[in-house]
Amino acid sequence: MSAQPTDLQDERLIINAGLSGAIKKSRDRIKSGDLGNLPVIIGLFIISTIFQMLNPFFLSSANLSNLLMECAAVGVLALGIVLVLLVGEIDLSVGSMSGLSAAIFAVQFVRNGLPLAFCILLSIAAGAFIGWLYGQIYNRIGVPAFVITLAGLLGFLGLQLFVLGATGTINLPFESPLVQFGQQAYIGHTLSYILAVAVSLLRFGLGYYSAATRRKAELSAPSLTSLAMQSGFMAAALGTIAWYLNKSRGVGWMFVFFIALVVIMDYALRRTSWGNSVFAVGGNREAARRAGINVKGIYTSVFILCSTLGAIGGLLAAGRLAAAAQSSGTGDVNLNAIAAAVIGGTSLFGGRGSAYAAPLGMIVIASISSGLTLMNLNSSIRYMVTGGIVLLAVSVDAVARRSRTSHGRG
Amino acid sequence: MSSQTLTSETVLSLQNVSKNFGAVAALTDVELDIKAGEVVALVGDNGAGKSTLVKILAGVHPQDVGVVKIAGKEVHLGSPAESIKHGIATVFQDLALCDNLDVVQNLFLGRQLRAHRLDEVTMETTAWDLIRQLRAKIPSVRIPIASLSGGQRQSVAIARSLLGNPKLIMLDEPTAALGVAQTAEVLNLIERLRDRGLAVILISHNMDDIFAVSDRIAVLRLGRNNGMFNAKDTSRKEVIEAITGSVDNAVTQRAEAHSK
Repeated sequence: MSAQPTDLQDERLIINAGLSGAIKKSRDRIKSGDLGNLPVIIGLFIISTIFQMLNPFFLSSANLSNLLMECAAVGVLALGIVLVLLVGEIDLSVGSMSGLSAAIFAVQFVRNGLPLAFCILLSIAAGAFIGWLYGQIYNRIGVPAFVITLAGLLGFLGLQLFVLGATGTINLPFESPLVQFGQQAYIGHTLSYILAVAVSLLRFGLGYYSAATRRKAELSAPSLTSLAMQSGFMAAALGTIAWYLNKSRGVGWMFVFFIALVVIMDYALRRTSWGNSVFAVGGNREAARRAGINVKGIYTSVFILCSTLGAIGGLLAAGRLAAAAQSSGTGDVNLNAIAAAVIGGTSLFGGRGSAYAAPLGMIVIASISSGLTLMNLNSSIRYMVTGGIVLLAVSVDAVARRSRTSHGRG
Repeated sequence: MSSQTLTSETVLSLQNVSKNFGAVAALTDVELDIKAGEVVALVGDNGAGKSTLVKILAGVHPQDVGVVKIAGKEVHLGSPAESIKHGIATVFQDLALCDNLDVVQNLFLGRQLRAHRLDEVTMETTAWDLIRQLRAKIPSVRIPIASLSGGQRQSVAIARSLLGNPKLIMLDEPTAALGVAQTAEVLNLIERLRDRGLAVILISHNMDDIFAVSDRIAVLRLGRNNGMFNAKDTSRKEVIEAITGSVDNAVTQRAEAHSK
């Protein structure tokens, strides 16, 4: 045997080493329809160029800082949508779920004066229960998720109005921790830089550990230089973002919380057997079943997680708004969450996507919304533009899927 | 390779197994015994009930009547997971692989190492070990199944069936989509499985393959047993007669026509 690692011995493998190799590899991947984050990056570039020309306030630190805060609540819903899309299903009711969760919280916390932690847990438990219910109906009766959640969309909106009662809107006290979290909590300057460096170092450490284990097992592994370069680049990027946002209010804790959820979900999807099963069920349900995967359990877990994230998103939105209203979670909230997941690169056809689709897609949606608001355009235009973007994103997904099939990338 | 196992214990035993689909009796009173270290070919025309039998053993759908015994003990095969637990591995004709997952993920689907922090390194080296053992030509185990050829997919499916240390392996038309060299490789592989003391059920329409590797040949016809032959002292003609149910059949007619 040569000194070549076990996984690179086949002579047919095209080995792209070094920086030029990495560039060539990603170019080949994009050509064959594995677009990754490219559409989002191009989209963001176009959006920011146009809006910056129309209104120079768009790319200001204050606006971007605010924009990220606006992302968090619906972004958490989008994260749940990513999960159901991965198993090839859909949840149309996350908006109603978020509104119901906000209503339950507000009634218990403000009207009944129960402790904050209890009220939060109650709302989240309501989300988990509704998800479990969806799972049972889906698995036992076999109603398509589209229909179940369409019923949920109406039913839980009704329940939300019922819970809120005759008065409608319930304002949350400004000094309550949830409202502080939603409006006032920004991580300090020093902490933001410490976080940027710590995250990059952690990434380097994990990468180094994984590379060392792989080398020991005689598998190929990235070189120390490339790991250091990646982490260095990451630290620089995160540091620059933190520096720019720190010129105004900085980075909100709520956004950090959202990203933390995304990172946890990304780990669960890529590094646990549950995550593998989610992709397997989305890719080939029958194959997953024959491999001994508890397919029904996977569906139930995904519906529970989606509704739970819906409830958490509802609480964040209530904190941001300092109220639970009859309009909470209605209107375009549902479709924005679904659109964010799809724009971020989650396939509607199941089995393809990543947790990072939620923040990426959400930033696109929030940018459009923020830009149009800055131009004093009312919601009529906003709906039309967002509708167009969703259509575009789904078309890109469909075209890329065809190309992937012909290039053998599944 | 390990030596031939001398113990010839019965791994699997079917007694009076029947299965109906609506008004159609797909299987009626089927009996079958398979010993360790033995290759049994299961043959029959289209609609003879081969696939139904495979699906019962794989736990895809249970039999209506009858008993399935593994190592002398009656078992209930209510789901694929139960079937795997009892040591029955199945390689389906459609292979049942997930196109969007890579080779390693497909191999370990449903039985990953370290569920909460996947042991990717051990899984990848095990995958390479298996692929080398099978001498399968797979360039990388980190590419999606979608990019592999039919033969490569077959190798992945067979490798997967070996992972759980099964007692019985069922191969449903393993050579149907393969080229000449790959077919020979799969036949070699079947012999290697037998030498390890595994019981193998081979479902095939290809008489060359069947006579090349099997010890016994079980014939199904219209959902019933229609003969069990020792491969060594049976002619193809006899097997074909059992499959078609008559001495005068399309196969013999063609053979006669050509010899004229």
